[in-house]
Amino acid sequence: MIATRETVSAAPAAQGPQETFVLNLGPQHPAAHGVLRVLMTMEGEWIQRAEPVIGYIHRMHEKMGENRTWAKFLPNTSRIDYLSAMHYTHAFVGAVERAMKIEVPLRAEYARVITSELNRISSHMVWWGALLLDLGGFTPILYAFDDREKILDLLEGLCGARLTYCYYRFGGLYNDVDDEFLRGTRDFVQHLRPRLKMYRDLVTDNVILRKRLTNIGPIDAEMCRRYGATGPVIRGAGVPYDVRRMEPYSVYPRLDFKVPMYPECDSMARYLVRMDEMEQSLRIIEQALDQIPTGPFLAPKVPRVLRLPAGDYSYAVEAARGRFMVRIVSDGKEIPYRVRLRAPSFSNLSLYEEASRGMILPDALAMMGSLDLVIPDIDR
Amino acid sequence: MSLITAIRETFLGFKSLLVGLRITAREASRPIITVQYPRETLKMPARFRGHIKLVLDPETGKPRCTACTLCAKACPSGCIVLDGVKREGDKKKSVSKYELDFTTCSLCGSCVEICPSDAIEFSKEYNVVSLNRDTFENMDLYAKIEAEARAWSAAHPAPPAASPPPAAAPANPTAPASQPLNAPAG
Amino acid sequence: MTFLSLEPIRVLLYLVGICAFVGANAAYLVLAERKGAGRIQRRPGPNEAGWAGWMQPLADGLKLLAKQIMVPPGTDSLLFRLAPLLVMAPPLMCLVTIPFGENVVARDLNLGLLLVFSFGSINVMALMLGGWASRNKYAIISAARVVSQNVAYEIPMLLVVITLLMMTGTMSLQEITAQQAGGFWHWNLFKLWVNPLMPVTFVIFFTCMLAETNRAPFDMAEAESELVAGAFTEYGGMGFGVFFMAEYANIVVGCCLATVLFLGGWQSPIGILSSGAWGLLWFFLKTYALILTVIWIRWTFPRTQFYSLLNLSWKILIPLSLATLLLTGAMMKLPLLWRALS
Repeated sequence: MIATRETVSAAPAAQGPQETFVLNLGPQHPAAHGVLRVLMTMEGEWIQRAEPVIGYIHRMHEKMGENRTWAKFLPNTSRIDYLSAMHYTHAFVGAVERAMKIEVPLRAEYARVITSELNRISSHMVWWGALLLDLGGFTPILYAFDDREKILDLLEGLCGARLTYCYYRFGGLYNDVDDEFLRGTRDFVQHLRPRLKMYRDLVTDNVILRKRLTNIGPIDAEMCRRYGATGPVIRGAGVPYDVRRMEPYSVYPRLDFKVPMYPECDSMARYLVRMDEMEQSLRIIEQALDQIPTGPFLAPKVPRVLRLPAGDYSYAVEAARGRFMVRIVSDGKEIPYRVRLRAPSFSNLSLYEEASRGMILPDALAMMGSLDLVIPDIDR
Repeated sequence: MSLITAIRETFLGFKSLLVGLRITAREASRPIITVQYPRETLKMPARFRGHIKLVLDPETGKPRCTACTLCAKACPSGCIVLDGVKREGDKKKSVSKYELDFTTCSLCGSCVEICPSDAIEFSKEYNVVSLNRDTFENMDLYAKIEAEARAWSAAHPAPPAASPPPAAAPANPTAPASQPLNAPAG
Repeated sequence: MTFLSLEPIRVLLYLVGICAFVGANAAYLVLAERKGAGRIQRRPGPNEAGWAGWMQPLADGLKLLAKQIMVPPGTDSLLFRLAPLLVMAPPLMCLVTIPFGENVVARDLNLGLLLVFSFGSINVMALMLGGWASRNKYAIISAARVVSQNVAYEIPMLLVVITLLMMTGTMSLQEITAQQAGGFWHWNLFKLWVNPLMPVTFVIFFTCMLAETNRAPFDMAEAESELVAGAFTEYGGMGFGVFFMAEYANIVVGCCLATVLFLGGWQSPIGILSSGAWGLLWFFLKTYALILTVIWIRWTFPRTQFYSLLNLSWKILIPLSLATLLLTGAMMKLPLLWRALS
């Protein structure tokens, strides 16, 4: 909804004659996470209504999918949510593979799991640092980036890119996982465990952070259901919904991991879910490293020019921010008929308006940080 | 006994603050981890994806590219423009013009992947800076490979029977054979 | 010597000295802060300007001076310009009565402590004026926060100071320092036989000082992830620079005061070597140790929530400081009572 003067002034009228003002938070604001704009109708520091205004980084990814071949859309998928590029590519590649009935070699599947989980950790680290920035703690983001840098180095050595990996291909991978990567990942897992403990001591157990997040921004399962919020948001509301468990894909059924879930529904629950997820990701990576077989990394006989059989296919993955689903509709041509991207951040932002009513400004920003929004993912 | 709980919580909270202070003090005593960029540089990994470049055949000293235009067709953003001619004495066409619009290139690697003759590879160049937009809009890769070919033929006076020294092979990422991109334009 | 002991000359010298002290401190504390933050975050901090970045304050200052001072349209331009001046004056005034050494004090007033606190309170006014005059929503929210925060923290701070006054019986800072002579066990911080809660008192004082100077984790006024830059949002160039300097000047004053009140001022921790230049050395060692702690705290903790900040003051610090006040009174007067009875 485009906020005009009319929509803004109409909003708080129901509250009666009160002294309110509209605070235009963003798109250039330190807590705007990029280019999110929130029109806040405030009464003092209390928010009556916070209306997110989106679209500042809309790049027509869905439309772009309709005018290029399947393979040419592949680089786009890394750029929708640049912090969890692996997951997004996975979903798109998976949908095409499902349509073409391509059998992906096991080595490629394990490599996908390893890189996806590394990507999840790196994404959560950015979230962690950015949340702490929102809360006014400056140091944690640099510690997180120190560790994240190691993940990026690993992935760069593997596929050549640090952020927009474009690593998965239809039927496998862009290139094989080498021993250096596997060894480096093993070392990294050993490195990160004590670091996560340090994060816990420095931040999670800190009384100030506890006070800032506990009982702030209640989002219950009912609200998640209405807005379609997924990922850590719904797991922080006591619903153990994880696509890796609910609609198993890739080799996740072979791996043993817990789905972190907290029933408190507040920002702290969402925070703890993500912190636990990092540890679970480490567990998944360790198992996958142990189980990864040798063999080809690309399915044989994948045609250069893909012509998907006419039909409607979808593939969902658990991205770092929640359920990401690609739905593709093919009419048998080289070019997709429709590429629908179900981005988790959009749903997670949608509930912001309702959840932030009556909150004080810093709490609302802390809650926004706990939602882990990536604005390009919202706008697509 | 809410008073006791309150006192206990206050104490625990204060203790958590001290723990935090201890951690930052410990981190402060550890060495610096940042790279002082202009003075120190990092070595790019072997699979690093810089902008693409043409590959010189170390045997013949000519570009491997046969101007089949598969890369241009595979490119998602259509940023490759190339042309080829059939030179005298050659059986196949060879590249005569190869322009990359680096402003729209997404470094996806489709072109490198699809190339049937392994004629394109990623450079290790990451200092891609210019004062001039044109440097990137029309990156003349052919001019670079031509310069490399000249350097090759200078290093290999006829007859080319002797085995070529490996230093001339463009596959070596550290060889400064290509024109540095960050040379100020004009 | 006779020339220097002339009162006007002495006052003038001290005026110049204090201004230079505050200016140099503000400039180099910014550098220290950035270097300290760098160390904590495992990066070198500013290291380009001059050797290891030592010219950075000069570069920053020149940059700020070269910037145009903009007065946003529709603001009260008089108040807008007045606020930076007002914010800088109180810390300068407070330093008048701080004893840096045995003989190094601009003017040893017998109500020195009162002067420090009365001028310290004006600081709030300046921030409020700046925020109000900016005609900016963030700035106004910030102004409101500053006032309630400072009012809330003035109370425990003053209660703590009253505790001290009961012990010392004087408001002259020089005298308070003199009472703490003879080794660190004579410092007010460790006078446990007068009040076993003395270290707690110091922590309360230090916390209140952080809150009064709007330092992290209590930087409600300049909560940049909430209020962009709070009261300084509309200030640019040297207007902003003066606010920035004042923040550091206030920290210096706060830490000097903490040193005098609790850590024995210029008295040596070992009981000897506290005269003359030694006294200056001890004083600055203690003060800068406190300032470094302030910096260290800033780069460790997230910002507190506004109402938990007020809760901390009203529910923890004020009861605690009242308790120490009562305890000190009891400890001091009970022996008298006992002696009178026996």
